[in-house]
Amino acid sequence: MWDRNQIAARAAKELQDGTYVNLGIGIPTLVSNYIPPGVNVTLQSENGMLGMGPFPFEGEEDPDLINAGKQTITELPQTAYFDSAQSFAMIRGGKIAMAILGAMEVSEEGDLANWMIPGKLVKGMGGAMDLVAGVGRVVVVMDHTSKHGESKVLKACTLPLTGKAVVNRIITNLGVLDVVPGGLRIVELADGVSEADLRAATEATIVG
Amino acid sequence: MTKVYPTAAAALDGLLRDNLMIAAGGFGLCGIPELLIAAIRDSGVKGLTVASNNAGVDGFGLGQLLETRQVKKMISSYVGENAEFMRQYLSGELELEFNPQGTLAERMRAGGAGIPGFYTKTGVGTVIAEGKEHHDFDGQTYILERGIVADLAIVKAWKADPSGNLVFRKTARNFNVPAATCGKICVAEVEEIVPLGSLDPDTIHLPGIYVHRLVQGPHEKRIEQRTVRKRESV
Repeated sequence: MWDRNQIAARAAKELQDGTYVNLGIGIPTLVSNYIPPGVNVTLQSENGMLGMGPFPFEGEEDPDLINAGKQTITELPQTAYFDSAQSFAMIRGGKIAMAILGAMEVSEEGDLANWMIPGKLVKGMGGAMDLVAGVGRVVVVMDHTSKHGESKVLKACTLPLTGKAVVNRIITNLGVLDVVPGGLRIVELADGVSEADLRAATEATIVG
Repeated sequence: MTKVYPTAAAALDGLLRDNLMIAAGGFGLCGIPELLIAAIRDSGVKGLTVASNNAGVDGFGLGQLLETRQVKKMISSYVGENAEFMRQYLSGELELEFNPQGTLAERMRAGGAGIPGFYTKTGVGTVIAEGKEHHDFDGQTYILERGIVADLAIVKAWKADPSGNLVFRKTARNFNVPAATCGKICVAEVEEIVPLGSLDPDTIHLPGIYVHRLVQGPHEKRIEQRTVRKRESV
């Protein structure tokens, strides 16, 4: 099984040199720690920045410089700032090659749910709906099952959707799956995980 | 006629009334018009509809207007940082219209640009699309979203000149530009009002035509999530 950092490291292998990428909050943010050598990606932060740098050194935090998770960050030599309308123009306009996002549930059709649990948790979708509608490729990183052991990789999502048929690849603590016609295809198994383990933890249809 | 006012309360004088619709700039606590929000709290106006990406935190930013029950409805994309907000919403005391973040930004931009509606693929197939006109273009389905025109826009910039030209700093620009443009009246608070002629016209982020009143800070500029890295030992 992979831990959070191993999931992030596996997701970092999805990054293509020379592309613009948006990383969501949580495990996706960790992906930036594992960008492979020789792969040069520019990170977009949807609150209005291209070229997101690492966290600042202590004492150098700037309240005017945060990422979409409201964390203090730094700029890089290639950084550009812009307003929120411009930010989502480039997202909706298909200029961002890939988004790596967290999920509460994902379905075999590539549906994604990650923004609310009715009656319990009301946080909002933030930029996630725009991202899944607009970027070239959507990679989801998540735990395969809930704390109670129930699959979060489902035939159909039970929670309100963030997007319909938008997910291309799912990376979990158990392995990597692609959304293909008819269901999900196993791409890779996490260390020490058998195909039987993965199938047992997956409610969605596995094909091929 | 000057655009420069001595205090936030003075800059809002005559503009506030119950049931107003306000567009507010800021993302999280970054770039929020904190002085104008505090002045609106002190004014006691009620029944406000506020279009703002976030709702502040408990006790700061728009969170202050929620505590005093001055807000009737929020139009936001993410409110996860505010426990009081969640409590009021789940108990039915507060109306909430969730907008995808890019849709909210574009609704403000469009409203300010005289565009009453636009088609977007954001939200198609989700609850956001329910009740909205769907239209196919080139084999892809889009939904119609409306532009927002607010009675009042409140924004925060870094610098202004007395003509209202604004310059923002780093990621504090965020929603301030689209929010400013969609207000019938826009009041901007800034850290510094500099003399006319001292801003390079090529670097103005928002021309003064959109800004009707100005007030100069001091700003607390609270940090929501202080994240740092260790210096590597040399």
